[in-house]
Amino acid sequence: MTKPKIAFNWASSCGGCEIAIFELGAKIIDLANKVDIVFWPAVMDYKYSDLEAMPEKGIDVSFFNGAIQNSENEHLAQLLRAKSKLLVAFGSCAYLGGIPSLANTSNRDQIFANSYIETSTTENPEKIFPQIKVQKDEGELTIPEFYNTVKTLDQVVDVDYYVPGCPPVGEQVSKVISQFVGGELPPIGAVLGASEKSLCHECKRVRTDKKITKIVRSYQTIPDHQKCLLEQGIICMGPATRGGCGSICLDANMPCRGCYGPLPKAIDQGAKMLSALSSIFDADSEEDIQRLADSVPDPLGTFYRFGLAHSLLRRTKQ
Amino acid sequence: MKRVGLFVCHCGLNIARTVDIKDIVEKTSKRSDIVFAADHKYLCSEPGQALIKDSIRQHKLDAIVVAACSPAMHEATFKTIAQLSGLNKYNCEIANIREQSSWVHDDPQKATEKAHIIVSEAIEKVKLNEPLQPITVPVTRKVLIIGGGIAGIRASLDVANAGYQVYLVEKSGSIGGRMAQLSETFPTLDCAICILGPLMVEVYRHPNIKLLRLSQVEEVRGYIGNFKVKVRQEPEYVDVAKCNACGECAKVCPADVPNEFDFGLTWRKAIYTPFAQAVPPAYVLDAKNCLGLLPQACGECKKACDQLGTACMNLDAWPQTHELEVGAIIVATGYELYDATKLTEYGYGTCPDVMTSIEFERMLSASGPTLGEIRRPSDGRVPREIVFIQCAGQREPETALPYCSKICCMYTARHAMMFREKVPEGQAYVFYMDIRAGGKGYEEFVKRCQEERGLLYLRGRVAKVYEENGKLIVKGVDTISGKRVQINADLVVLAVGMIPSAGSKELASTLKASLDANGFFSEAHPKLRPLESPTAGIYLAGAGQAPKDIPETVAQASGAAAKALDLLSSPTLEREPTVAQVLETCSGCGICIPLCPYEALTLNANTNQAEVSEALCEGCGTCVASCPSSSLSLRNLTDQQILAMIEAIVA
Amino acid sequence: MEKTFEPKIVGFLCKWCSYAGADLAGTSRMKYPPNLNAMRVNCSGRIDPSFVLRALASGADGVLIAGCHPGDCHYTNGNVKTLRRFRLLQRMLDQFGIERERVRLEWISASEGERYARVVRGMTEEIRSLGPLNWKTTMEVAA
Repeated sequence: MTKPKIAFNWASSCGGCEIAIFELGAKIIDLANKVDIVFWPAVMDYKYSDLEAMPEKGIDVSFFNGAIQNSENEHLAQLLRAKSKLLVAFGSCAYLGGIPSLANTSNRDQIFANSYIETSTTENPEKIFPQIKVQKDEGELTIPEFYNTVKTLDQVVDVDYYVPGCPPVGEQVSKVISQFVGGELPPIGAVLGASEKSLCHECKRVRTDKKITKIVRSYQTIPDHQKCLLEQGIICMGPATRGGCGSICLDANMPCRGCYGPLPKAIDQGAKMLSALSSIFDADSEEDIQRLADSVPDPLGTFYRFGLAHSLLRRTKQ
Repeated sequence: MKRVGLFVCHCGLNIARTVDIKDIVEKTSKRSDIVFAADHKYLCSEPGQALIKDSIRQHKLDAIVVAACSPAMHEATFKTIAQLSGLNKYNCEIANIREQSSWVHDDPQKATEKAHIIVSEAIEKVKLNEPLQPITVPVTRKVLIIGGGIAGIRASLDVANAGYQVYLVEKSGSIGGRMAQLSETFPTLDCAICILGPLMVEVYRHPNIKLLRLSQVEEVRGYIGNFKVKVRQEPEYVDVAKCNACGECAKVCPADVPNEFDFGLTWRKAIYTPFAQAVPPAYVLDAKNCLGLLPQACGECKKACDQLGTACMNLDAWPQTHELEVGAIIVATGYELYDATKLTEYGYGTCPDVMTSIEFERMLSASGPTLGEIRRPSDGRVPREIVFIQCAGQREPETALPYCSKICCMYTARHAMMFREKVPEGQAYVFYMDIRAGGKGYEEFVKRCQEERGLLYLRGRVAKVYEENGKLIVKGVDTISGKRVQINADLVVLAVGMIPSAGSKELASTLKASLDANGFFSEAHPKLRPLESPTAGIYLAGAGQAPKDIPETVAQASGAAAKALDLLSSPTLEREPTVAQVLETCSGCGICIPLCPYEALTLNANTNQAEVSEALCEGCGTCVASCPSSSLSLRNLTDQQILAMIEAIVA
Repeated sequence: MEKTFEPKIVGFLCKWCSYAGADLAGTSRMKYPPNLNAMRVNCSGRIDPSFVLRALASGADGVLIAGCHPGDCHYTNGNVKTLRRFRLLQRMLDQFGIERERVRLEWISASEGERYARVVRGMTEEIRSLGPLNWKTTMEVAA
């Protein structure tokens, strides 16, 4: 009996999702015995032609992590889509855009200017930028094109399943991979390895009155371990974020930052959190309301830290 | 898929003049989700309605959209037609192409384009509407009235006379409230207790009124039509049914207590009757000031009573909890006066001859501390010069009460007149800012007072009152002459403000009824719904809702009774079913809970999910919009429907 | 001949106050441009900021939320929650680069037909001079 063929790919990513696979620990050896890993750039060398040579739908399932920020990311997304029966957006970057999609508050020109000219430790008096094509004696050399707007995987190809998390939590990774290797799969389009309820369902903290009298940044206080963080004025994305991660951040006395993405029926995670947070402002007058609204540092970055590319507006105006 | 039909009204020429009706009918018929489309000159007319009914039958329509005038006009009419044709009324939506298009746009092409969009929105909505049935809740046809003052008394009689059971709960030993403490009432100078007394007796004798004295509401559960109330009654050491108010018990009681009815100006015994005309006409044992019941230290009152043969005392009595089931609650808890010791500039509390208006009122009363004579509390002499200070600690947002108590100008005029009557050689001064005399006969009454000899109205405030050589030095100003004024008075009377009765805050919390910024019970709408709390099933009467005089109180009490009777008029209650519902994804975060003004949302500790009381929910959708996990939905105005309507507009 | 830009504005009007005010503008035969399409909701408190973003992302050039004046809300204080959400939404829209004139919150009572007409006229012209938002184009810019 042939072993199922699986692939892993990383696009615009930090590598954390690759490490997450290693959270399988010793079980990774069992996995290696049960499946044929045919493509894994983080771990094995490859050429594009290897992938191009594979038959259509030859790979049973590909786990694609990282956002689509350049033309190589997109090219591989398209290739893997063609070559795979099932394509899984693995991790928050592929599913929602992740941290890379915060680049959508800027654009290529500004990013290049910052990286190649403006930073204080850069010396680039001739203002040289990377070029997509350059003609050399040996021929034409190309590098991928850097996009203005970061996209999610499903904004460039059809995606079959999503696994949220930055990175997906170890236990969930184990469960998810088992589902694909000899397990049962839910209907296409499902989000795997996460709860259908928000993080508040798993969070062990005590809730009393939901009322915001002030907004406090995590560094400005030592939060009470037992009480709900939101009730202490710390913006916790938990109410608008899928659970399933075991609320590990809350256990470490840090607020949830939303990496598991929106709940099934929410059309925009950031807008829902904005609505929930402001609705419970303990303020009735114009002045008090404005004061509390003004005290939320960086609403866009806070509410869309992981999901800007996935959101309704996706990016800021150019 | 619903079979949707569209009916477009010409509304004579109101719509047809500008909107191309034929175009609407033709283009909409081509939609895959429309089965039938027709137009008519007047859809609301009999033939128009017949067209709709016939078409529903002929084309087996499940849902209709009526493109016509505003839903505010005929939504009810068309919904009824739909129901008569066998459709659920929520399968009828109105597309307002008159007030929102033909009447406000001149350009026919643009008006028609807009009408298309309006129709499209209505179609998208009706397609997703659920066929809801009204929520029926049973109604317990009994009323709880909290507070036995004139408001509570009037409301009780109105409800009881209509044939329904009333529980009248009164904190003190007798009903009557503030009005029983008044000597006369303005502007007629009627004897207050003379007009109140008969009503009190009527309440006591009424077969439909159960009077619970020495009682307070402890717990309220349930919702409109179905309240379950726990009332705690202090121990009845005196059997109300047996006591004949002979007073022999009081004669032998050794404990003297300042009499609260007279604001401490007289003394009573630990066993006492609140006032001569008290209802129930039975004595009260004040256990706190009695020498001791556990163990029994004295017991002389019981001995005296037993000796007489009346034997109506039981010194081993316990508090009782009454569990009542009622459909409506009327809050008539009234007012008390602002603490004048806070007004340090006026010397109340340090100078014995500075009195509050209500203390002066008691002094005027024939049953009061001086049997109706006006005397100085310090030395008992008759005061020659008396100063009345209006707006004491009122209309002062920075330091005291921000509002006006409405009645003080009138009662001060009355007080000044009574003083002149009783002390003809005396001189009265009234310091005022404005005169508020809006009621019937009020202006005429005040005018009479202002023109009275020996009574001087000074427009200005008083800066300070202090004692010197047995006189009260009153330093004020007369803004009309522009001069500073000093009066060496014998007695000063402060018209202090009306504040909600003690315990209002706790009662509001128990009832889940809201209070306004000044602690008075809030009304559902200041103009249009002044008799109801926003909490369904709770009605308001009297000064507990806002400062007011007796005629207004009585009017409001009868109004509140009418509201309660409306509720009780049927054994069941129908509530709009377009309420919020909690979906299974709810994680119990608790964000929605404090947002509901009707307290319709609660957190179930067992399931750790929010719950909506369908009877309390008014369907505003505020909670739905704020749910961070989209776990709340508003029936027939779901997110899905709104998004479909947005697409219809923007596409 | 160049076609004048016709803004597309989505309006959310509360049934008790602002929609009634809009109806009054209608019965008084006041005239205003047809660019705003009003959706009737029970209370302005029903408006989820997601709806505003969806409208803009789907092609609207502007959004109007209209509710009862503070203190007059039929549901006691739904409009207060609307205001709270709106002030924070404004800050976030600033960050997205969406001009404040495009998304407005107005208190319009049932007797303010004239005011409604003025708001619609004013908003239409303001957005016309700002130009189309064309958010779909903004989103799709990749290269």
